[in-house]
Amino acid sequence: MSDNLRTIVIDGHEVSIPDHYTLLQAAEEVGKEIPRFCYHERLSVAGNCRMCLVELVGAPKPVASCAFLVRDMRGGPNGEPPVMNTLSPMVKKAREGVMEFLLINHPLDCPICDQGGECDLQDQSLAYGRTGSRFAENKRAVEDKYMGPLVKTEMTRCIQCTRCVRFATEIAGVSELGAAGRGEDMEITTYLEQTLTSELSGNVIDLCPVGALTSKPYAFNARPWELTKTETIDVMDAAGSNIRVDSRGGAVLRIMPRIHEGVNQEWISDKTRFIWDGLGRQRLDRPYIRREGKLAPASWDEALGLAADRLGGDPSKIGVIAGDLNDAEGLKAAKDLFDSLGVKSLDCRQDGSKLGGGPRQGYLFNSTIAGIDEADALIIIGANPRTEAPVINQRIRQAWLHNNLQVALIGEAVDLTYGYEHLGIHASDLEGLPRKRSGFIKTLKDAKKPMIIVGQAALAREDGAQILRLAGKLAKAVGAVGEGWNGFNILHTAASRVAGLDLGFIPGAEGLDTPGILAAAGQGELDTVVLLGADEFDTTHLGDVFTIYVGSHGDQGAHAADLVLPSAAYTEKNGIYINTEGRAQLAERAVFPKGEAKEDWAIFRALSARLGRTLPYDDLNALRAKLIEAHTVFGQIDHAPGAEGAADFDPAELGADGDVLDAPIALSVSDFYLTNPIARASKTMAQCSSEVAAILKPHVQAAE
Amino acid sequence: MSVRRLAAEQPQSFAFSAESEEKVQFWLKKYPEDRAASAVIPLLWLAQKQEGWVSEPAIRLIGERLGMPYIRVYEVATFYTMFNLTPVGEHLIQVCGTTPCWLRGADDLKAVCEKRIGKKGRENLSADGKFSWEEVECLGACANAPMVQIANKAGDYYYEDLTAEGLEKILDDLQAGKEIKQGPISGRHASEPTQSTVETLKDPSLYDGSRAKPITLPNSEPAKAEG
Repeated sequence: MSDNLRTIVIDGHEVSIPDHYTLLQAAEEVGKEIPRFCYHERLSVAGNCRMCLVELVGAPKPVASCAFLVRDMRGGPNGEPPVMNTLSPMVKKAREGVMEFLLINHPLDCPICDQGGECDLQDQSLAYGRTGSRFAENKRAVEDKYMGPLVKTEMTRCIQCTRCVRFATEIAGVSELGAAGRGEDMEITTYLEQTLTSELSGNVIDLCPVGALTSKPYAFNARPWELTKTETIDVMDAAGSNIRVDSRGGAVLRIMPRIHEGVNQEWISDKTRFIWDGLGRQRLDRPYIRREGKLAPASWDEALGLAADRLGGDPSKIGVIAGDLNDAEGLKAAKDLFDSLGVKSLDCRQDGSKLGGGPRQGYLFNSTIAGIDEADALIIIGANPRTEAPVINQRIRQAWLHNNLQVALIGEAVDLTYGYEHLGIHASDLEGLPRKRSGFIKTLKDAKKPMIIVGQAALAREDGAQILRLAGKLAKAVGAVGEGWNGFNILHTAASRVAGLDLGFIPGAEGLDTPGILAAAGQGELDTVVLLGADEFDTTHLGDVFTIYVGSHGDQGAHAADLVLPSAAYTEKNGIYINTEGRAQLAERAVFPKGEAKEDWAIFRALSARLGRTLPYDDLNALRAKLIEAHTVFGQIDHAPGAEGAADFDPAELGADGDVLDAPIALSVSDFYLTNPIARASKTMAQCSSEVAAILKPHVQAAE
Repeated sequence: MSVRRLAAEQPQSFAFSAESEEKVQFWLKKYPEDRAASAVIPLLWLAQKQEGWVSEPAIRLIGERLGMPYIRVYEVATFYTMFNLTPVGEHLIQVCGTTPCWLRGADDLKAVCEKRIGKKGRENLSADGKFSWEEVECLGACANAPMVQIANKAGDYYYEDLTAEGLEKILDDLQAGKEIKQGPISGRHASEPTQSTVETLKDPSLYDGSRAKPITLPNSEPAKAEG
């Protein structure tokens, strides 16, 4: 939109404001606070709460500032600039009046309301309302609605701002919430009180300005002022959503989003938000050693001694697999230790992905998440962003809605919440694509900023390297990579993967990769396998090999282990995570590790001393200094490289030449709610999995 | 007003009859394909005309036909009070109770309904299930007050210039399955005057000025000539 500036007077000060701004935005621009309930900058304007009324000099009545454009203001008869007042007696009276109306049917149950202390209605009533109530009549009561295991409702408190309805329809892309019985009996409900099936549904809790929609798992647990708030990074997917962990004592009580325009805006997925009860269950809180077939508690001294014994042997008979939730420091310490031992069979790709080696752009989401807003054509290959990275999927949906982004998919046809052209489910469909002359390939070629997203489902197969090359060739053919724009993207599913690849946590010369380690272990060719929180593969392949599990949760890996070294979960350590864009972000400790658990890097540091190969760092800062010295990317906090170096990057050289398999490209995430050990330990996630996944049938998608 | 909810008991399924389907096609053709949702009100109405009320399976079917999420159809169905969300009598008597009808005897009609059918409310069926009745706001036939609208398979027609006896007769006829004449029962054709000729404007005194009283307009004296 053009930036035509218009001079207007706000509370006596003359200012220049772009004329497409609303009065509310104009007031915010000059630091004036306008109270509001229904208005939200990421949702469409509804204009139904009337809380944002301001005085427009010359207008007969107050106007709703959220829905009135600066362009439409009328100046004085002699060319004077238009005048808007946000503090006049008229505005004060209007706000008091609106507030009084809103409170007529609102119960005054703040003492038993979970929103108390962080409630917009409470705050604004204090700031803009009347002192007392004049209403003596009966209030309306509304029956509560069931919305699933995550969202608790207390619908009498609802002030019908419809933020939740607009969120579900516009952002989440599932039209499941609506306003039934409009008029004085209006009620917000899902169709026949069905469970919300969106993977972003928890965000309606944050959006609700009152206590009508609150968090069910968090219900009656704490008051906001009792909680210690720690700003950190999420590890449930590779998007690296910015989160705030609220804890009390040693327990994480809830997780909220933080605003980061480049990553998650202000949304987080339900897995990110409601995972926290998994942090207190199934924890490995002390070392365990398998004795007579059963894991028995042991002391650290004993456990480290046993580990040192096993790792002191022939390095070619040791395999190491890192999981999805590791911090960079832990991976660095492990890699340094195993390198010094001469172990070559290291792999951070437990799913068998063929990424790694080669230029860094070859395994990053190069156009960046914010870059989705600029793209005009997108082809997704073997990914379901809706389950693999919901906040990225939401961003694609916004671009599809507002920027006319054209989308196509090769892979299983799933409901992505936006329309797309389905080009097939086989890798061969990708092979033939660049040769075609019409159809979506033309859209891609004509696009100014084409994007290609390759998912792990396409890469974690035997022909992953071939598919990677095909995708790279396609990127080259459509001109997706060039000066200033790099449209070649890998969508990771594991939070630790990019850091692992940056560290070179992949097999050295003659080393084995994950499938190789598993095969060798099964055939008894390996003595010891070390799992760094790696649980996402069939552990029966490990056979009788001695398995050391370093991790936080008792899941598949720990069950198969002969020695368990307990480590800290992601909320319990300071660490660096690199998201799928290559953006390094700092996670902070919210609570202390459970029991005797230690941070991963400290475990390897202690182990190194036992093995007589003491690692050259004694604290986290020294480790980070070494880490950044070796790999500068870890020092560039919150920097996403994007199109840097795109001119020298040739995507067609990625992967390897060869034939692709006939098997269709499957989905890499079969159950969104149960993708990692923490999620599998969470009761809430289990409930979601059974309830939401069960009713998730093809829904009618409206073009709204 | 009370909260509008779907009926507790719902049929297993709903399908448009061949006859309704023809009309459905007519409405679908009126709108571009990507704006099919515009036909939601006509389709809900057709479903109601076919079954007498809008059932939950009908809401789902219409949502699927129009590519609308169910909740959007539900929103429309719960907003418009003319959609019956519960089964109603075969003949739904809608008695106008607004001022002109009330002044002309709507209370008598309501009494008849209460006596013959039972409790007010369209969901309260008469013993034989043939009737239910409700009070509605002005139906715009004030010149023929009092009146009722009867909604049934035949359509929605007005029965005007009613009296208690007249309404009783209509109910009797409906019960007997007889055809009844729509419009005024008083012998009027529409809302014309009850006498055959009206002499209001033929009095010559209206035109000869004899009815005029002398009046004095303020400040109407002509200004006196200067001098």
